Amino acid sequence: MALTYDLIAQGVQVGVVLAVAPLVLGVTRKVRARLLRRVGPPLLQAYSDLWKLMHKEAVLAYNASWLYRAVPYVAFAATWVAAALVPTYATGLIFSWAADLIAIVALLGTARFALALAGMDVGTAFGGIGSSREMLIASLAEPAMLLVAFTVALVAGTTQLSDVAAHMISSPVGLRVSLGLGLFAFVMIAVAENARIPIDNPTTHLELTMVHEAMVLEYSGRHLAMIEFASALKLTLYFSLLICMFVPFGLASAGAPLPALALGMAVYVAKLFVLAALLPIAETAVAKMRVFRYPVFLGGAFAAAALAVFLLFVSQRF
Amino acid sequence: MEQLLAFDIAHMLAGGMVVLSLLLLYQDRITATLNVFAMQAVVLSLAVAWQAYVQGAMHLLVTAGVAFVVKGVVIPAALHRIVRRLNIHREIEQVIGGGPTMLTGLGLIALSILLVMPVGGNVSMLAREDLAFALAVILLGLLMMITRRNAVTQIVGFMSLENGLVLAATGAKGMPLVVEFSVAFSILIAFTVFGIFVFRIRERFDTVDVGALDRFRGERMNVP
Amino acid sequence: MPVGFSLWVVPSLWCIAGFFAVAGVAVLAGRYRFATPLVYGAAFLVSLVALASALLALTGGEPTALRLPLGLPWVGAHFRLDALSAFFLVVINLGGAAASLYGLGYGPHESAPLRVLPFYPAFLAGMNLVVLADDAFTFLVAWEFMSLVSWALVMAHHLVPANTRAGYTYLVMASFGTLCLLFSFGVMAGSSGEYAFAAMRATPPEWGMALVAFAAALIGAGSKAGLVPLHVWLPLAHPAAPSHVSALLSGVMTKVGVYAFVRIAFDLLGQPTPWSGLVVLGIGGVTAVLGILYALMQHDLKRLLAYSTVENIGVVFVGLGLALAFQSNGLNAAAALALTAALLHVFNHSLFKSLLFFGAGAVLSATGERHMDRLGGLIHRLPVTAVVFLAGCCAISALPPLNGFVSEWLTFQAILVSPQLPQLTLKLMVPVVGALLALSAAFAAACFVKAYGITFLGRPRTPAAETATEVDRFSLTAMIVLALLCLAAGVFPSVLIDLLGPVVTGLVGTRVPGQAAMPWLSIVPIAQSRSSYNGMIILLFLASSGTLTALVIHRVATRATRRSAIWDCGFPLASPATQYTGSSFAMPIRRVFGATLFHVREQVDMPRPGEMRAGHFRVKVFDPAWRFAYGPLVRAVGVTATRLNRLQFLTIRRYLTLVFCALVILLLVVATWR
Repeated sequence: MALTYDLIAQGVQVGVVLAVAPLVLGVTRKVRARLLRRVGPPLLQAYSDLWKLMHKEAVLAYNASWLYRAVPYVAFAATWVAAALVPTYATGLIFSWAADLIAIVALLGTARFALALAGMDVGTAFGGIGSSREMLIASLAEPAMLLVAFTVALVAGTTQLSDVAAHMISSPVGLRVSLGLGLFAFVMIAVAENARIPIDNPTTHLELTMVHEAMVLEYSGRHLAMIEFASALKLTLYFSLLICMFVPFGLASAGAPLPALALGMAVYVAKLFVLAALLPIAETAVAKMRVFRYPVFLGGAFAAAALAVFLLFVSQRF
Repeated sequence: MEQLLAFDIAHMLAGGMVVLSLLLLYQDRITATLNVFAMQAVVLSLAVAWQAYVQGAMHLLVTAGVAFVVKGVVIPAALHRIVRRLNIHREIEQVIGGGPTMLTGLGLIALSILLVMPVGGNVSMLAREDLAFALAVILLGLLMMITRRNAVTQIVGFMSLENGLVLAATGAKGMPLVVEFSVAFSILIAFTVFGIFVFRIRERFDTVDVGALDRFRGERMNVP
Repeated sequence: MPVGFSLWVVPSLWCIAGFFAVAGVAVLAGRYRFATPLVYGAAFLVSLVALASALLALTGGEPTALRLPLGLPWVGAHFRLDALSAFFLVVINLGGAAASLYGLGYGPHESAPLRVLPFYPAFLAGMNLVVLADDAFTFLVAWEFMSLVSWALVMAHHLVPANTRAGYTYLVMASFGTLCLLFSFGVMAGSSGEYAFAAMRATPPEWGMALVAFAAALIGAGSKAGLVPLHVWLPLAHPAAPSHVSALLSGVMTKVGVYAFVRIAFDLLGQPTPWSGLVVLGIGGVTAVLGILYALMQHDLKRLLAYSTVENIGVVFVGLGLALAFQSNGLNAAAALALTAALLHVFNHSLFKSLLFFGAGAVLSATGERHMDRLGGLIHRLPVTAVVFLAGCCAISALPPLNGFVSEWLTFQAILVSPQLPQLTLKLMVPVVGALLALSAAFAAACFVKAYGITFLGRPRTPAAETATEVDRFSLTAMIVLALLCLAAGVFPSVLIDLLGPVVTGLVGTRVPGQAAMPWLSIVPIAQSRSSYNGMIILLFLASSGTLTALVIHRVATRATRRSAIWDCGFPLASPATQYTGSSFAMPIRRVFGATLFHVREQVDMPRPGEMRAGHFRVKVFDPAWRFAYGPLVRAVGVTATRLNRLQFLTIRRYLTLVFCALVILLLVVATWR
């Protein structure tokens, strides 16, 4: 009985991230459009887009291989699994120990690896440029991400996200410059990893500046739907990670009664929407960068994260 | 608990100064550099004021006030005016690239932590930490001075170095007020001298790139 | 001299004798056509037996020793099989078995079999001997034998000019390494002159001498393993050999170097100092990043793989350095974790690096090309090779749920417990090394996207790539087995970690908690509340969610598919030359990280409008080790040699003066030493 209950609690999380991801994307698009004084698409437009793409016939190049057809599902599955393992509304879910922060980041790496390969499959210049730049961004972001994980692990004493959240809620963490710097670095990494401005422009097409879109340029129909869905999930995942590591208040614990869980869910969704509204506000304030300015941007993230670790060593209260 | 909170706030403010120093290195536009510098001065005055409250040393409040007025308001405003009058809102050129500078800066912070933290004895945790951060701010200020070619940003580097000195002084209990005043005063004088200097360079060489001065050094006269 | 009940060491020694016998047969019968299958088949069987006996020794054996009346008459040759040797025997013979199986299919392509066949089993025997040796004399003889035989294999295709240079560099570096090891053992033996390991273990040297011995061992073993800046021979020599030998050189022989280091640093030298840990950590981190960064800039598939070996050795040494640092501070549980991570990475790397070299060999025998920019589209022509090579690429890029990720994850876990260390220098250093490790992991992913994407994906760039055909069944079997092992090691790592238990206990006194008892086969390096990872669950989730999604979409929405021309934003260009090449793929990373580090120079020769000649783009990349270390060294040697040349033309009286002076100086040294 307890097992069924646990499985249901986990299943709810698996379903919630999937269900809410397009809506989060819708909110960012809407807010961004309003900031640019446009009306913007309806909030639920992302769902209709996905539905439409799924029902269209997929057009493949003559020389596309099996890998090209498999990658959208692999990328989607890896992102979904990663998103489902980040605590969203409750800590201590039954599979929360299957992967810690590092493993979740690595799962996203699997998705990226698959997409980068797919970009090379048909043999076009656009695909190659996208893949190669995506790998550049990843290699700039990865060291900073590890240092953020290090910071969080130093404060919380664990990389198990469920326990990180529980620790941050329960014990007085105090005013920490390090956590602030970690958050700052994490936001920069999230911006880069999700192909947002100033690193990449998610709405661009037919431009040499695009990265993620260039990589998936040849995709169409249901394959494209899977890839779009995966990027929406990835955005939600990064928001959930941020919530879980830096602002986890309001999370229920797994064994809690139903109303507490429902409250946790409501708080989680509310926080998601706040973040989804903040992202475009930050985005409209800056301009897209040249490719060779990326190291400066992500170097800043790295410096912030490294400083976070150093300052933690100074305060010596772990 | 109270003790912890006092420590946390002092840690946050002093750490904030290091962060701002690093941010100062990271900036490549002159107006942004000035703004960050002003922010650092404000954080410095807050840090000093907090020390005044914690240590119960009311004379430190005067130091905080001086730091706020002179370095948080007057000097940045004056520098902004200079920049506007010289019409140099363009990017700063750096002697070495941004990436290596940042890494060097991080290394310097690590070095100052390594140097100061193991100091034993009856030094309080807070004083030790302040000293480590102050040393980091000083070293970063020096780094900024040697990596920049622009006279105005070199002044900023110098001033931020001086911020580190003040932080170190307040961390050490019992620094007489006279000393602090004289330091603040000499800084003001130095600033005035720098300001005049910048205008003179500009008049003479039509640029504020201090590299231009090199060509006019006496000992190189015989070199064609 | 304790000569224990030699239960498990005997079969291993018999296997070595078996390898020598096979080598003898190869010498006698090498000219006949049946020799190739005979030698590889026999080597395969002997490797399997050796593997089985090593596995049995690892699971249930006490350390056993044996003294044979070989070698120096009054010393004899000591052999010993403990858990550490058994583990490395497993690595060596698993690699040997796979390479022999692969050789059954790959060997017949060999143009001059007599240059390979006798040396191949001898090479396997040499590696086995090194691991079993229990005194410095036997160890060094076996070590040098292994080096020389592998040199002969590197020189198998000696008519290619580049290979001669590779062989020469290898020979110099190998002799240098042996010299350092000899020195290290000499210091450890001390004035008593006891060359048996047991005696060295009983009386570890004073700290000053220990430091000297440690440094010499690091250089000697590091030159075999490929630590920066001693790695320069490795990317030259490994690709020069036939591919199955390359796999052994890269996947297995570098591990013998690791073995030598572990044996000396953890077993023979007693308690380490924190500084040794710091040095190894630093060198490991730098090796990892530089190795993979250089791999990214290669166009030759096998050279790329060889450089990536340098990276993986760096990862292993980061783990070893952490273990030394922890152990020197008495944090034995953390040391056990770091050591487990390093040894697990040794095992994993031997699997996927062999697999990748086999794949490169398959590409080579199918197309005759090693240069990536002349390949492409092989996923259509070599369907099975493409799948297993992809598995190898994923594993080496540390992607979950494959095995490379597990060892990398364990290393990160060891890094995350580093704040327990008391030394502030180490505390600050370890996160930096962690960042370097993360950087190298990201580069590895980029590097293998490039390797796979350029070689197997896209459109074929040459007729050779267009008409390639799938390789033979033996090669495929070897690769499939290794790919499955990679998957299994990634999904059930707890088995391997438990197998490593006795090895780690023997070296640092404790081990990571037993993993067999953990629920759902997850791995928990320290405690459940700290971190855990479950490859099986991840794989199950990935597989089920992926298939489920595909099924739902095909059922509910549509599965209609249409083939069409490439879209490419409306401007598809027919020529395959318009695809991204290896150097264009690496360009962003080359620009950002390589400009200062590798002194990269790009020359563009663009014809003006109207000119009819072809445009040219040339990239020059310099290895910093050659530029800053070996170049000046070689020049200095040249200058000194010219100076010393004068000594050839002295009178007898002057020669006598020289000898006399040397004698007096030596006597002075002896006098002051006391």
